Amino acid sequence: MKSEILRIGEETLQQLKELDKQEALQELKVKVLGKKGSLTALLRQMGSLSVEERPIMGQVVNEMRSRLEQAWEERSVELETLALQKRLATERIDITLPGTRVPRGHHHPLTQVVEEIEDIFLGMGFQIAEGPEIESDYYNFEALNLPKEHPAREMQDSFYITEEILLRTQTSPVQIRTMEKLHPHLPVKVIAPGKVYRNDDDATHSPMFHQVEGLVVDHGIRMSDLKGILLNFSRQMFGESREIRLRPSFFPFTEPSAEVDVSCMLCGGAGCRLCKGTGWIEILGSGMVHPKVLEMGGYNPKEVTGFAFGMGVERIAMLKFGIEDMRLLFDNDLRFLQQF
Amino acid sequence: MKVSLEWLRELVDLDQSAEDLAETLTRGGIEVEDVENLNKGFEKVVIGEIVSLIKHPDADRLWVCTVNVGQEVVVIVTGAQNLLVGDRVPVALVGSTLPNELSIRKSKLRGVVSQGMLCSREELLLDVTVGLERSADGILILLPDAPVGENFGKYLGREDSVLDLELYPNRPDCLAMVNVAREVASLTRKIPHLPKWTEQNQVLTLPTAADLQIIIEEPELCWRYAGLVVEDVHIAPSPEWMQRRLKASGVRPISNIVDITNYCMLEMGQPLHAFDRDKINGDIHVRAAYPGEKIVTLDGVERTLQTDTLLIADDAQPLAVAGVMGGLDSEVTKDTKRLMIESAHFSGVSVRRTSRRLGLRSEASNRFEKGIDAYGIVATLGRVCDLLLDLGAGRPVALVDVVKNLPPQRQVSLSASHTSTVLGAELETAEIRQVLDDLNFAYTEQEGLFKVSIPTYRADIEIEEDLMEEVARLIGYDRIPTTLPQGDLTQGRRTPEQEFRRRLRKALAQAGMDEVITYTFTRAEADAQWGSAKHSIPLLNPLREELGVMRTSLVPGLLDVSARNVARRNTDVSIFEIGNTYWGEEQPLQKLPREELRVAGVAVGKSGRHWLNQPVNYDFYYLKGILEEVALEFGLKLEYRLAENQGLLHPGRSADIYLQNQCIGFLGEMHPSLEKEWELERVVLFELEFNPLFERMRQTVRAHSIPRFPAIQRDIAIVVASETAAEAVMSKMRKLGGELLQQVEIFDVYRGKPIPDDHKSLAFALRYQSLERTLTDEEVNLLNSRILEGIQQEFGAERRK
Ligand SMILES: [Zn+2]
Repeated sequence: MKSEILRIGEETLQQLKELDKQEALQELKVKVLGKKGSLTALLRQMGSLSVEERPIMGQVVNEMRSRLEQAWEERSVELETLALQKRLATERIDITLPGTRVPRGHHHPLTQVVEEIEDIFLGMGFQIAEGPEIESDYYNFEALNLPKEHPAREMQDSFYITEEILLRTQTSPVQIRTMEKLHPHLPVKVIAPGKVYRNDDDATHSPMFHQVEGLVVDHGIRMSDLKGILLNFSRQMFGESREIRLRPSFFPFTEPSAEVDVSCMLCGGAGCRLCKGTGWIEILGSGMVHPKVLEMGGYNPKEVTGFAFGMGVERIAMLKFGIEDMRLLFDNDLRFLQQF
Repeated sequence: MKVSLEWLRELVDLDQSAEDLAETLTRGGIEVEDVENLNKGFEKVVIGEIVSLIKHPDADRLWVCTVNVGQEVVVIVTGAQNLLVGDRVPVALVGSTLPNELSIRKSKLRGVVSQGMLCSREELLLDVTVGLERSADGILILLPDAPVGENFGKYLGREDSVLDLELYPNRPDCLAMVNVAREVASLTRKIPHLPKWTEQNQVLTLPTAADLQIIIEEPELCWRYAGLVVEDVHIAPSPEWMQRRLKASGVRPISNIVDITNYCMLEMGQPLHAFDRDKINGDIHVRAAYPGEKIVTLDGVERTLQTDTLLIADDAQPLAVAGVMGGLDSEVTKDTKRLMIESAHFSGVSVRRTSRRLGLRSEASNRFEKGIDAYGIVATLGRVCDLLLDLGAGRPVALVDVVKNLPPQRQVSLSASHTSTVLGAELETAEIRQVLDDLNFAYTEQEGLFKVSIPTYRADIEIEEDLMEEVARLIGYDRIPTTLPQGDLTQGRRTPEQEFRRRLRKALAQAGMDEVITYTFTRAEADAQWGSAKHSIPLLNPLREELGVMRTSLVPGLLDVSARNVARRNTDVSIFEIGNTYWGEEQPLQKLPREELRVAGVAVGKSGRHWLNQPVNYDFYYLKGILEEVALEFGLKLEYRLAENQGLLHPGRSADIYLQNQCIGFLGEMHPSLEKEWELERVVLFELEFNPLFERMRQTVRAHSIPRFPAIQRDIAIVVASETAAEAVMSKMRKLGGELLQQVEIFDVYRGKPIPDDHKSLAFALRYQSLERTLTDEEVNLLNSRILEGIQQEFGAERRK
């Protein structure tokens, strides 16, 4: 009987080595170790053995059984590995081919810049105000201390619709509209992004462009506050190491007025082509709100002060993205837009 | 304003270079746009004398010259053949870059080291008036008295720099050299040296009474008019120094008289005009033009005048258009013996209007437009008198000065503590005192409160804030610290509408569309086609005709962008814009128009060109899919109804879009008949009003729990007539299925064999589910067959096996 066990065992081990499919492996296992398997059948014959022989034979059978089971396990793993290797070999792809495109649209660079500016000022507690693009002479000029025939009106060539209605030349009318709406509430703290229009068209001017206006009115607003807010903005927008400087300037609706330069983001102030060797780049106009403008907005200039500023979005986008010709922004060539 | 540094140096002590001065002025609020070095190219060119001239040992045509250039003697090799020993010539020393951009380096010519170059007229870009005749075909040979060693530019009178001031409208005073000098003096704390006529209350006394009267008939437009009568006039060229300064300032020298008037204008800021006294008949009238009145101006053009044009006339005829241009008849000529020189105030508004209308703009009209100092009118004539006498150009004999109206002389208060508060900088009273002294403003002071007398030439200073700016710019804006506002904390947040606009833009971009921004003005015909001609607003002065009206539709702009891209072989275009349209209710506008925000998209070409996948055509369903995604995101129930379009869209491939029974826009393929006009084929587009979308968007999300009981799915395939709308069938199914029918999806649409002509097969997946229990197969089968029967009846549908 022992030799029979050994024979079955050796035969099975031999067969195992030749089988190359998991299913066949399973079949053989049933044939040998299953309920009706050949080894199981031998085990059933143990009843005919003597009491002394039984445990010895039992041990032989069990040893063989565990030997076989281990062999099965090993062969099974072996086959799995082989199958996996085969699969991996056939499934090789050219990883240098381009990936499947998920369609993704692009936000216009000007939108991106406006949103960035908005987010910076939202973070400083500003609200976003808006006003009409087609404005009355009153809001666009007169209420901003620019009476009719004021020579400063010539700084801006306007598109007129009638003598009294025009395309706004600046976002500043929103200053007046906001104050009219909010007064006597304090503080007034808004920015006003939007489209503005001037009769001009070349590499650095577009007849339609975008500005962001800012206005803060409260008790005790100082020019140093203007400087602080704009320094913070410049650093958020152009980098933590930026500095700003103010230069005297003129706007009819601010007094004192200041042009604001930021230290060059390209050379850091050493002087380069972008900053024309000066180390500084002009980014916005600003100043303390003119008392007449506060009055026009319904506030008493003896009680409150304020500051205002305005910046050109195109100019900032051009600086930020290195765009040389403003017309590219309105040409809407997809090769241009899809870079952003 | 062009400022000659050489001239400025006469008026104020200056120790800065042109560039440093430009920086000082710019930082002080007078922007210097450009610094032009008139000596450019001549910096290292000096006058040399040929000491010896020897043939080059190794080259027949070359000469080795020893040249005395003042400080030293250099050896220079030249190929020119026109030189003699003792000639004085321009020598470009090593390191020069000549006006023609040629750089001079030390070089070796056939073994002899040459330490510079002798220059020809051509190399120096000079004309034939410079040098001896012998200079024609070789080196420029100067007059024998040319000073050896002197800079050649200086010798030519070019050693000057010109600052180009870009003046803000509030500082017209800086259109006068004396006021620029005052400004420089204030900013650099130097003493100006100005003609005595700039001091206040100067009186000009002349020996005789004038033999003519001046009658100002329009005192609103002419506040003051003074005439200086000059006899024994001797017309000649003006001296070289005056011509040089005029040229540097951009004014062409003409004759001594004209040059003196221009020179005094540049110096004092007051425009002047010289009339030939003997051409004036009777008195001077400052009056408005008569209807149809004509004048031949200095340029020989006959001009018909409007009745709001201010004229200088005599008893018989107009002599000049006030402040704009003189008349030809009374012009100063070489035969002129007597003059009347006008120094007057004219209203800026009037001069601007007239100079615009006539297309005549000059240094004089520019000064009148920006505003002149009416107090300086006679003082300027005083300066004219000095120069007339100095130059022997004529003998001033009489003055007429008629004053109708002078602006008040202003006193403005300035509080030291208030200034510190507003600027946010701690300023000592002494500092403010110093600023006022530097400005040379008279003032009284009491405990930090100043009463400042504003000089008449600084008309821009009206209120305390104006003086604060003077303080700030003189102490330097850098003195202002950086602080943050001290008030209440505020919350920065977008309004719901602003937030929705932003999210809508994001949603469309996420769906693969590129955002564009187009001009809001467009061609009238294109806007009429897609928008409303009745409401579109024309501009009075458009940049170009094709940008003539404010848009009432975003579509033309998007189609233009698409066509331009396709023409540039960017063949696949999928773009959108969110922007205003502008709706006028009446023509011409009486009130501000309605600005209506819209969102529109255009797609043409294919999506997803890729080696692995088939590209998909942009078509009706593509854009509809995008709109459905957007609708889903914002909880909007958009309805698509057959379009009632007017020939703009393909009748079989377009829909009007409704939201709660209100038509808010359209979606469709452009009508094939428009394809040629727009140079686009198979283009699909949509346009929607923004406000209804915003008003009806889902404000908050209410979550539904996930059903706990299993769903059962049944498919139904039917054959219906081609024109049957799938949505109608699905809607019927939903109605019949009730609340147990949770979802109906269409998964196949098929035309062709074996389906009969004019029919199509539709296949739907129906999903049944209850929130309360597990459904049985039997009840689902029953419900499903009831639905099938229902649609068979309603649509004449046949079940497809
Ligand atoms: Zn730089």
